[in-house]
Amino acid sequence: MSLKMKINHLNLHYGDFHALKDVNIDITENAVTALIGPSGCGKSTFIRTLNRMNDLIDNVTITGEISLEGIDIKKCDVIELRKRVGMVFQKPNPFPMSIYENVIYGPKIHGAKDKKVLDAIVEKSLRGAALWEEVKDRLHKPALGLSGGQQQRLCIARVLAVEPEVLLMDEPTSALDPASTLKIEDLMEQLKKEYTVVIVTHNMQQAGRISDFTSFFLNGEIIESDKTENIFYKPRDKRTEDYITGRFG
Amino acid sequence: MSINTTNMKSRKLKSQIFYAIILICTLTTIAVLAALLISVFSKSIGWLNWNFLSSLPSRFPAKSGIKAGILGTLWVIGLTAIISFPLGIGAAIYLEEYSKKGWLKELIQINISNLAGVPSIIYGMLGLAVFVRQWGFGRSILSGALTMTILILPVLIVAAQEAIRSVPSSMRHGSYALGATQWQTITGVVLPYASSGILTGTILAIARAIGETAPMIMVGAAAFISFVPGGIMDSFTTIPLQIYSWTGKPQAEFQNVAAAGIVVLLAVLLLINSIAIILRNKYQDRVKS
Repeated sequence: MSLKMKINHLNLHYGDFHALKDVNIDITENAVTALIGPSGCGKSTFIRTLNRMNDLIDNVTITGEISLEGIDIKKCDVIELRKRVGMVFQKPNPFPMSIYENVIYGPKIHGAKDKKVLDAIVEKSLRGAALWEEVKDRLHKPALGLSGGQQQRLCIARVLAVEPEVLLMDEPTSALDPASTLKIEDLMEQLKKEYTVVIVTHNMQQAGRISDFTSFFLNGEIIESDKTENIFYKPRDKRTEDYITGRFG
Repeated sequence: MSINTTNMKSRKLKSQIFYAIILICTLTTIAVLAALLISVFSKSIGWLNWNFLSSLPSRFPAKSGIKAGILGTLWVIGLTAIISFPLGIGAAIYLEEYSKKGWLKELIQINISNLAGVPSIIYGMLGLAVFVRQWGFGRSILSGALTMTILILPVLIVAAQEAIRSVPSSMRHGSYALGATQWQTITGVVLPYASSGILTGTILAIARAIGETAPMIMVGAAAFISFVPGGIMDSFTTIPLQIYSWTGKPQAEFQNVAAAGIVVLLAVLLLINSIAIILRNKYQDRVKS
């Protein structure tokens, strides 16, 4: 398995607050990398640096290097970067349009126009997000009429529609019920065959079930990164063990 | 140990007194409005007819009509809407989406809020000095519309800004994360989401302009017009101006003509406000359902 993204000595400050401290992680291609840790430890901040979403916030300074296939993302065009590194947010955020329009939003901004092409993208993306069977008869109905779990899968489909290489997921199931969560976890198994997935999760069982690699964050630092089974069964650091066994967090 | 409920009686009494007071407040307002409406409607009976709607002003009360006023209002307001809508939305988008936080933005913001509170006659004087005299547009529909535009712009900008601000940041982030540019995000997500608020704000601002009289007197709209305006450089009158001139006439019968004019003005305002409500509901359904 090859290396998709490499993060070297990443430091991030919000004003005076040192939110990420010397973070180093390798993201492996076609695998699921889980980021775990207690609330406020910097996991979400970290995942947002990977597609430069922190550029949208004032007063953030970032040092260190993040590379995507060997190229520094600071030197990439941010639009090109976000097309290659897609993101699914914590709360489903479908646009107030139809299901169809939501999926083609991305392809359209990148210049796709042909109706046949767009139709094909919609079907492929919705199938990819395991939502096609549920919505194929109501593609032109408002997306906000879907259930929370369906909305989140629509958001995944919306990202898949721009054909990214990396999928960032910031606690994608924390606002969902257990049945919807299960569907998205099953989906993750499929997604990693084609995409590189990075997922932030509060749910340790979820990290254990779906990920190949896990990094444990605490107070803006990475305490430990390893194969998921090693983190869960043979943690090297006492703090990782305490967190995994539920002694804090 | 339980909490005593000995003062139950006085608490209930207080509650009832308070209810009575707020009921009286509401009824007073409604009573004043009703008295006005009844007096206006009863005077207008017999005067408000097709003849009144389709005639030009006359020195005989029975032959007087509001046709010139209605058409003048339509011309001025239509032109005002065309000029002020893009200016107002553009300014609101700039202030909310592009301008950097800082003293300059604060200064502009305070000035806009201030301008919304300036008496309308001041705008009339500005219109007279700038549009009528300096720019040489004369006492025309164009001068009137430009004056109305600067009068309603502050209100329009503030309303549009509020609508844009109400768009959740998750919508913007969703768009940016797909690789959209700022402009694509504004046109693709922000404006569609904010459209109901922007439209309602615009229509209400325009409804305010329809009732304005003072600035139109200043820019020199004529009270007596014996022809129908045919272009933006023609002189004009508006419904409120026509009403104002009729109430100043010595013949008692003109009071009834004025009452009929007020009913027409109220009907126009009611129509515009209804459109605002319908548009708001339509777009809200799209966003919220």
